Amino acid sequence: MDKPATPNSFRTGPDEQGMFGIFGGRFVAETLMPLILDLERNWNEVKNDPDFKAELTDLSTHYAGRPSKLYFAEGLTRHLREVSSAKGLGGGAKVYFKREDLNHTGSHKINNCLGQILLAKRMGKKRIIAETGAGQHGVASATVAARFGFPCVVYMGATDVARQSPNVFRMKLLGAEVRPVTAGHGTLKDAMNEALRDWVTNVEDTYYLIGTAAGPHPYPELVRDFQSVIGSEARAQILEQEGRLPDTIIACVGGGSNAIGMFHPFLDDKEVRIIGIEAGGRGLDGIEHCASMNAGKPGVLHGNRTYLLQNSDGQIMDGHSISAGLDYPGVGPEHSWLRDSGRVEYVPILDDEALEAFKLTTRVEGIIPALESAHAIAHAVKIVPAMDKDQIVIVNLSGRGDKDVHTVASMLGMEI
Amino acid sequence: MATRIDRRMAKLKTEGRPALVTYFMGGDPDYDTSLSIMKALPAAGADIIELGMPFSDPMADGPAIQAAGLRALKGGQTLVKTLKMASEFRAGDNDTPIVLMGYYNPIYIYGVDRFLKDAIASGIDGLIVVDLPPEMDEELCIPALKAGINFIRLATPTTDDKRLPKVLQNTSGFVYYVSMTGITGSALADTGKVAAAVKRIKGHTDLPVCVGFGVKTAEQAHVIGANADGVVVGTAIVNAVANVLGPKGEKTADPAEAVATLVSGLAQGVRSARLAAAE
Repeated sequence: MDKPATPNSFRTGPDEQGMFGIFGGRFVAETLMPLILDLERNWNEVKNDPDFKAELTDLSTHYAGRPSKLYFAEGLTRHLREVSSAKGLGGGAKVYFKREDLNHTGSHKINNCLGQILLAKRMGKKRIIAETGAGQHGVASATVAARFGFPCVVYMGATDVARQSPNVFRMKLLGAEVRPVTAGHGTLKDAMNEALRDWVTNVEDTYYLIGTAAGPHPYPELVRDFQSVIGSEARAQILEQEGRLPDTIIACVGGGSNAIGMFHPFLDDKEVRIIGIEAGGRGLDGIEHCASMNAGKPGVLHGNRTYLLQNSDGQIMDGHSISAGLDYPGVGPEHSWLRDSGRVEYVPILDDEALEAFKLTTRVEGIIPALESAHAIAHAVKIVPAMDKDQIVIVNLSGRGDKDVHTVASMLGMEI
Repeated sequence: MATRIDRRMAKLKTEGRPALVTYFMGGDPDYDTSLSIMKALPAAGADIIELGMPFSDPMADGPAIQAAGLRALKGGQTLVKTLKMASEFRAGDNDTPIVLMGYYNPIYIYGVDRFLKDAIASGIDGLIVVDLPPEMDEELCIPALKAGINFIRLATPTTDDKRLPKVLQNTSGFVYYVSMTGITGSALADTGKVAAAVKRIKGHTDLPVCVGFGVKTAEQAHVIGANADGVVVGTAIVNAVANVLGPKGEKTADPAEAVATLVSGLAQGVRSARLAAAE
């Protein structure tokens, strides 16, 4: 693939057709097309509407708990400086965590859900549908649906329903109906297919609250904009706390909503190195991973063109990751474009490396990170010892790991 | 240049009856069986054949066609084999139009130029690609039209009068009216509404309008056919295949015969429907 010409700014996309270079677009059935155009019209109206912004800011502050803190991870920094010294390097950058795990519902997902529920309300929709993998987006969707009095149906792969039962129960408590999807392998990709089938059937009154910065235009743009509060805050906070921009920022990428939210405000800060972490699963040699940008190729799925795990016939493969939230064979289209343009590096982290970072962070910071976020921390663990002491790294701690303790226990051969 | 689809539609118009358009899944449950089903369709009364290209993630299809696609993929079907199936059929039948129907990704991965060249060589006459709305016409629709292949667009109940011209702009062969919002295989919509919708579309185009989604019986084909230029049946045919497969996918009867029996009945329903409007 040819590398696209370097643009003056990396923050202007998508174009009017919803394209980021060759990525993105609106690859949907005709039945959905008028709905997507209607959504785009409404989105264009609200995105610069001060009343909408004020309502969202108020909810973000008083309901979700924003701004989230930018925390100097002193314990992890000290640990990695010891590692650096042991290697005879004598370095070790300062590590900061952007604490999205402290948000209401325990992850960055609430940022997007609050924005979209206000949009749904304004559009006069009567019913919310959502897809979920690990259940974090399902819980956040069920939460805002409860708060605003919408009936909510969450599609979740049957495999995920079985391995994420606490979140299934939370969604039910919140009044949502969880519909297990048995098609395919019963994971996030299949849940998304089923949500689209619901939407194509219930076109009049239903709002599809998509959970990541993917899908047909305008979803990748609007989800990014709702999540960009992460990067905007982090940028202001680091300037406040350190008086300068970070050297490196890191976030994990499944569909990529926490990452694009973290990255977007920094894209034109050329001195900031930006790294997205894909799920390397059990290694990129086989098929047990979800590293679509490292091991996949561009294709069309779920309404957009993007890097996908697929075979030579264009059939989509099921990925694997220890973390259900990264277990998706595609990625948001803007990441694909940022990859090809070279602005952002995307590297894989293996299941085992993420698990080690999970344990380390819990021990030295007293913070149990989500397994998704542990992938981003694992990469910091790799690169920080070789950096200088006066350098700064921000890791987006996208969610808390309480939901993962069962998975981790079984990985470690423990019973709880 | 008139295509096989144009010629077939013109002929049926002089006969004063609607077309029976039959969808089946290429490679379901295996290549050879599927080819025998395809070969049996014209004699059973199919006027146009829609050859389904299996896809791992058919987001607009109901459980029956999803399952058929998975059976086909499990049986080793690929786009290469689907094109081969068309050319083997074409060797014995130079008149029945073949429309490939499916999703874009396998075509995109095959390569659009190479695909169009091979599709023409295989005797393909038209394409229905579910996830390519007019907004994405540059991808495949325009190249296909230039190559002489009909690009058949779906119009739906959500396609209002304002949008219809955009949908019809680069459509050729026929217009496929999806009778309801929803996935394939759902219940048939109110026939009065369908008739009104066909009339509405005909106000915007001279192309034939075929109606699909939800037609399962000869009686329904008869009723829908009274007000349309063609009736599309898909899920019922795919089910006829599934019904003669055992729990492990083994054949309990001849799928081609099961399909032929169903299609003969549907053909009778269609042939007894008089074209009320078009005269």
